[in-house]
Amino acid sequence: MKWLSDKTVERLRQVAELPDLSGTKYRLLEELGRGGMGTVYLAEDAELERCVALKVLQGPEVGPEAAERLLREARIMARLEHPGIVPIHDVGRLPDGRVFYVMKRVRGRRLDRHLEATASLADRLRIFTRICETVAFAHAQGAIHRDLKPDNILVGEFGEVLIMDWGVAKLLDSAEPAVRTPAPAASAGTVDGVVVGTPDYMAPEQARGEIARVDRRSDVYALGAILERLGGESLPRPLAAICRKALAPEPSGRYPGAAELGSDVSRFLDRLSVTAYRENAFERSARWVSRNRTAVLLVAAYLLARLLLFLLRPPAR
Amino acid sequence: MFPATRHSAVLGTRSADPAERNRAWETLIAAYWKPVYKYTRLQWQASAEDAQDLTQAFFARALEKGYFDSYDPGRSRFRTFLRVCLEGFLANEHKAALRQKRGGEVLFVPLDFEGAEGELRQQEIPDGVTTEELFRREWVRSLFGMAVDQLRAECEARGRQVHFHLFERYDLEESGLSYDDLAVQFGIPITSVTNYLAVARREFRRIVLDRIREISGSEEEFRAEARAVLGVDPA
Repeated sequence: MKWLSDKTVERLRQVAELPDLSGTKYRLLEELGRGGMGTVYLAEDAELERCVALKVLQGPEVGPEAAERLLREARIMARLEHPGIVPIHDVGRLPDGRVFYVMKRVRGRRLDRHLEATASLADRLRIFTRICETVAFAHAQGAIHRDLKPDNILVGEFGEVLIMDWGVAKLLDSAEPAVRTPAPAASAGTVDGVVVGTPDYMAPEQARGEIARVDRRSDVYALGAILERLGGESLPRPLAAICRKALAPEPSGRYPGAAELGSDVSRFLDRLSVTAYRENAFERSARWVSRNRTAVLLVAAYLLARLLLFLLRPPAR
Repeated sequence: MFPATRHSAVLGTRSADPAERNRAWETLIAAYWKPVYKYTRLQWQASAEDAQDLTQAFFARALEKGYFDSYDPGRSRFRTFLRVCLEGFLANEHKAALRQKRGGEVLFVPLDFEGAEGELRQQEIPDGVTTEELFRREWVRSLFGMAVDQLRAECEARGRQVHFHLFERYDLEESGLSYDDLAVQFGIPITSVTNYLAVARREFRRIVLDRIREISGSEEEFRAEARAVLGVDPA
């Protein structure tokens, strides 16, 4: 028997782990990335002659529960036909028993990386409103994401937003019980039977494992945490108030849904009053001036000209 | 129902049929003798000669005293159980320093200790590796080594030498050659390189899974080991 070095053993393990696509119309090209539940490969659809992304269950923790979770993710994504949600083309099982699904190949940067390269607060907020629009669409279709975070959001070349990883999503109209998954290391603070999320972005009721209380407002909380991160350190007061409202400890204190949150952020961008913040007379005036800057400048210039004309008028005889 | 396609050697050691029992023991010894030997050499700092004696004696004693009869698949993996048995055996042997008592405890399965020593000379053991991890690594190495041998034999028997040679060049030797290079070297189209490699890898995975099934005590253990070793959940 030939001796195998540690490197060769690891290589063989990886080779054996590669999805066996024989008997399918897909041809494996390269690995695109690994997540908690699966690995995404770039593959070629030999029939349609196009590249697709193929997600396969992977890792030592995979089991029937994880397989069911992956299939649920595919079904939910298939149900949510929206430009902000990656379209699903196919689902199936590989000859080695692993579940996979095929989706459109998307190109983009993770939100956190995109933000590093986006200096303007207004540009960041515009992206945020697109995220809210997509989540609002999912909410309208009865789906709650439950794990919204910058890692799960892609921003495309033209600023388009794609929300990924619907593996722990919940369908509000479904009698199906919440998927129970073993809590990964990153999900400290969850209790047995809790649908996992990510602690920094997880609503308190979700972190406490109150599954029945998890609803659209739990996603609003996660969006609030994203907005806080996206806004930077010194947020303007109205924006800070929007964050506070979205991050209220009790769901009743938050926006009822992503649409309302996105709408308030849009109003802030348009220099309109926001529902989350009661401004004083000075702030209202300042905002009015800021919003009508051109008109104010024209009036000021006119008044100044009149004043100069008055002061420079020839003395009366 | 376990086992699905191959007999579990772990359960086979308790068979009433002597032929079945012998076959099961041979399977277990083939899979575990090298991890046991290397573990004894590295973890217990035994000399090569002592480690050879202790390895032979461990399996001979296990066979004679029925060490593995008490294995309960519901409580632990067989691999862990065997390592714990080995620890107990080595501790007793060490305490009593009764090497003379081991005289005569020789297995009838030929074991290539010289080859194992050669492997140890090539190996580097990183600091901080736990005993469980050390044993697991050797177990996986031994498992993959046997699977490669079986793959070679099966490819030769089926006239698929090119499949194996491609697997050997690309996956075992890490020659740095691309599929294009291999296509030129073997005088075949690149699509054949892709297909042959896919077949060889699929067969390798099948053999590894068969071997794991053979040396697991239950369906749950088989699945857990398959996931741990290959990251796949077998159908």
